[in-house]
Amino acid sequence: MISLAGRDILHSWGKFALTGLGLGLLIGVTLSMAGIYRGMVDDAQALLSNSGADLWVVQKDTQGPYAEASSLKDDVVRSVRGMPGIAQAANVTYLTQQVKKASGDEVRVMVVGIEPGQPGEPAYLLAGRQLTRNHYEAVVDVKTGIGLGEDFSVRRHRYRVVGLTKRMVSSGGDPMVFIPLKDAQEAQFLKDNDSIVNDRTRLSANPAFNRPGVPGLLEAVQSLQTSSHNVNAVLVQLQAGWQPERVAEPLQRWKHVQVFTRAAMEEILVAKLIANSARQIGMFLAILSVVSAAIVAFIIYTMTLGKIREIAVLKLIGTRNRTIAGMILQQALGLGLIGFVVGKMAATAWAPVFPKYVLLLPQDAVIGLFATLLICALASLLSIRVALQVDPAAAIG
Amino acid sequence: MNTLQTAAGGICIEGLRKVYGKGANTVEALKNVNMSVAAGEVVGLVGPSGSGKSTLLKCLGAIIEPSSGRMTLGNQVIYDDHWKVADLRALRRDRIGFIFQAPYLIPFLDVTDNVALLPMLAGQPNAQARARALELLTALDVQHRAGAEPSQLSGGEQQRVSIARALANQPPVILADEPTAPLDSERALGVMRILNQMARQFQAAIIVVTHDEKIIPTFKRIYHIRDGQTVEEAGEGRSL
Repeated sequence: MISLAGRDILHSWGKFALTGLGLGLLIGVTLSMAGIYRGMVDDAQALLSNSGADLWVVQKDTQGPYAEASSLKDDVVRSVRGMPGIAQAANVTYLTQQVKKASGDEVRVMVVGIEPGQPGEPAYLLAGRQLTRNHYEAVVDVKTGIGLGEDFSVRRHRYRVVGLTKRMVSSGGDPMVFIPLKDAQEAQFLKDNDSIVNDRTRLSANPAFNRPGVPGLLEAVQSLQTSSHNVNAVLVQLQAGWQPERVAEPLQRWKHVQVFTRAAMEEILVAKLIANSARQIGMFLAILSVVSAAIVAFIIYTMTLGKIREIAVLKLIGTRNRTIAGMILQQALGLGLIGFVVGKMAATAWAPVFPKYVLLLPQDAVIGLFATLLICALASLLSIRVALQVDPAAAIG
Repeated sequence: MNTLQTAAGGICIEGLRKVYGKGANTVEALKNVNMSVAAGEVVGLVGPSGSGKSTLLKCLGAIIEPSSGRMTLGNQVIYDDHWKVADLRALRRDRIGFIFQAPYLIPFLDVTDNVALLPMLAGQPNAQARARALELLTALDVQHRAGAEPSQLSGGEQQRVSIARALANQPPVILADEPTAPLDSERALGVMRILNQMARQFQAAIIVVTHDEKIIPTFKRIYHIRDGQTVEEAGEGRSL
């Protein structure tokens, strides 16, 4: 038996191709949305993996620097280093801000303050070297668009790029810029010159801080205002054979800090931080699925209505209902297949253009294909119902 | 030498009635219709609008169920106050050929597959069905358009292909509903020539529903239907 659906598609391939193209673009958007979600999860995991940490020591009763503000004194790291099972520990700061390129363009980045050679520095470089000096040099992610050897400004200071890295992004997708910890600490609290002068004047005028009988008090307070000894977290690497939970427990108990293992931090990032975005994307996916189903249903329904006479003739000459239903179902599935192929190609083509990472996983494509075929099959039910209700006598008139 | 098989039979209708509606709304569309068409014969069924032609055609075509009466196809009683055949769809496919006012060819199938579709639906292998289609197209002199799409054919060619389709499963009876209505005199007579030839060649009983004055003189026998009743009369049987 010949394929009636296949012949019809071949006969009016232009109509099918154009319809499939339209549907495909919609499917492409759907696949891209799934890719954006996967990209967000992958960004979060990359953030954790690239930090090289086994434990995150953060301010007590906070969720850590990626989820909310966390502040620790920078000397906490010393006592952490002395705890059993810890191989390395290093301070780190995170600050999301706009930095100005040499060209004058601004780019939104996450400025990460690290101690050279310690946990927190980029896992690998595409070009150049890691940080070696304590001031005014940087390693940047290529997505910043800042090249090796170029300068850029963070607050009032200029930095020179000495290394390029890749896939180092914040949980929000902003590319990272690594600068020395001291510079980052300063940058977090650095004010402009006028503000500093104003603050000093205010302090001098305050009799509580400018006491004639207490020399050095005013200078000490002023120094505190213009410098920072805070960091956002301490990244910890464990000695071989130590379980993260076993090291975390005494740290948490004795040092009055919050300690997260890799699994706990991943839970915060994936299940909490991007949960709303995931739900948003999920809603969007659901709406797109309904819209796709409606479009396929409408197209197949219109095509079926256009073939009522042929269907009546087919029924009159003895074609079985299942053959007619199969024809409509196969056409809907064919349309879905064309749409999926177009959608997959479109999503693959435009994924690199997205400002955020879009991760198109093969398993998502397979799920997408089956979902598309299922939606098309469901969408064809109305048309099949209409076709099966056609009276064969309609062929006679 | 034609190798096509021929169909045995003819159709016989006795006391056929068809009543629509119930109670006060009852309409008796067919009242005691009697007809007999032998194998190889072409008869005309004529009558004014509303006389019951379409209803009779639908009853003969096993599309609607008569209210009472008896219908015999060849040696098989297919209706005797109720259907005697379980699968009416198969009955239509295998034992009744249809020719419509317009050819109503399936636009997305080529000429060969339009004809071959019926044998395929009946379970014949594609190659065998296509071979059968080509034989019929050759018999109807449209074999040169075998690979064309219906939209590429002239009206006359389309009608010949639809005749080939009606013959595809070697049915003992063919019902033709106004087959010449859209054609001019010459082509209408051409179609009648073909129907007569096919009836003889394949031993099919052909009933042509028409009110086309051009072709009525070609019938040897005509059934007039008026107010749901048939009256048989001899036709001119003008030579084609």
